Amino acid sequence: MQTVKMVITGPFSAGKTEFISSVSEIDVVTTERKISSDAERVKEETTVAMDFGRITVDDDLVLYLFGTPGQRRFDFMWEILSEGMLGFIVLVDSVRPETFREAKHILEVFRGYASTPYVVAANKQDLPDAWSPEDLRIALKIEKDIKVLACVARDKESVKTVLLELLYSILENMQGDEA
Amino acid sequence: MALKGNLRDFSTTQLLNLVNLARKTGKLTINGLSENASLYFREGRLVYAATNAQEGHLAAMLLKTGKLTREQADAINNQAANSSDRVMGKYLMDARLVSRDDIVQGVKDYMLEIVYDLFTWTDGDFFFEQDALPANDRITVPLNLDNVILEGSRRIEQFEKLQDELPDLGIIALKITDKPLRDVKLTQDDWRVISHIHPRNSVKQIAMNNNMDEFQIRKIVYGMLQAGLVEIIRPEGLEQKKTIAPITRAGRKAASQSPAEKRSVVTKLIDRIRRI
Repeated sequence: MQTVKMVITGPFSAGKTEFISSVSEIDVVTTERKISSDAERVKEETTVAMDFGRITVDDDLVLYLFGTPGQRRFDFMWEILSEGMLGFIVLVDSVRPETFREAKHILEVFRGYASTPYVVAANKQDLPDAWSPEDLRIALKIEKDIKVLACVARDKESVKTVLLELLYSILENMQGDEA
Repeated sequence: MALKGNLRDFSTTQLLNLVNLARKTGKLTINGLSENASLYFREGRLVYAATNAQEGHLAAMLLKTGKLTREQADAINNQAANSSDRVMGKYLMDARLVSRDDIVQGVKDYMLEIVYDLFTWTDGDFFFEQDALPANDRITVPLNLDNVILEGSRRIEQFEKLQDELPDLGIIALKITDKPLRDVKLTQDDWRVISHIHPRNSVKQIAMNNNMDEFQIRKIVYGMLQAGLVEIIRPEGLEQKKTIAPITRAGRKAASQSPAEKRSVVTKLIDRIRRI
């Protein structure tokens, strides 16, 4: 049995748990705790260790989706979770510009862990105050060759599109390495 | 799509950079702590600016920028108070009080004064209204934002802000982008920095070569970055951060696979996800 892994990362409350829940065939194994800090009380609970989802491909292949904890004090988990990942997705809360700097920081940290392909998913595009993916690309200074995709984490089709785009990037990367 | 937030999280420099790069047309409103400002853009160029604290009619602009005396401005306001700026401009030129160039320069200086002041604002909600343009009777002067961003960045006095924007200066180098420098007004210090840009020189090295302190170099590099004149790269010769070897059993198996096998895994994943 081969297992492969993708990491879903991003700032606190970007929608990582919801993203994984939308496509996982098992109930997402979350390690959520009540929020203790007033500053971060935009939701009741947050992930402190990781989220874990699974997609079985066949008898020989399983894809695991790992969601990183959003709060910085748990960032010691990031490097552990990034080990051997096929690629990663940086989820950005498009309606909270106050988290953009953190998103950029997380992106740079993960880029430092491994040179695997990644995409940026501009989440909460269904909300009226959402920044467009094009504006987010400029705000986060994302290079032209990296995909910045519109996303609604609670919509399965939208999540599938983001995962597929990452896989296409991984495939292109493999072909580029071979050429 | 909305473009709203607060200057605490997304600075004036970053906002103008976004408008410039995305070639946006519309109105940017910033509600500051004691004043509100409106900036209008057409395809990424600043065309008009106003604040609620200053009278934005042509006579007031020309008075503020020294093109008219107080007496002349008062007389014009008495005679043509209800005229549009365009009509008033024609009247002023016919009366040989100002030239066309004076009007253009006066409006430009007035706009720049407003926009440069915005670089010092650190708090204030902003909102961008796509495609909103100033009233037809206003005189607009298109200004390239590259120079505005560069000059505005020079006015930033917050070390913390600059520290947030640029990581450790010892581990980043600069690369000059292909944006033409000829239309950009660079200072002597800017040129000194540019002359030392090399893939092997970290920003810290460039500062040392130019006897600049950290604040000076951060301000210059930040301005040039925001104006899109340079981009950050890793210095040549700096050890790449370790790539983690897969330590799991699955990881070891993946690492030992041939390229064709790896491709096959990804193709299977694609097929599976399509079927979810």
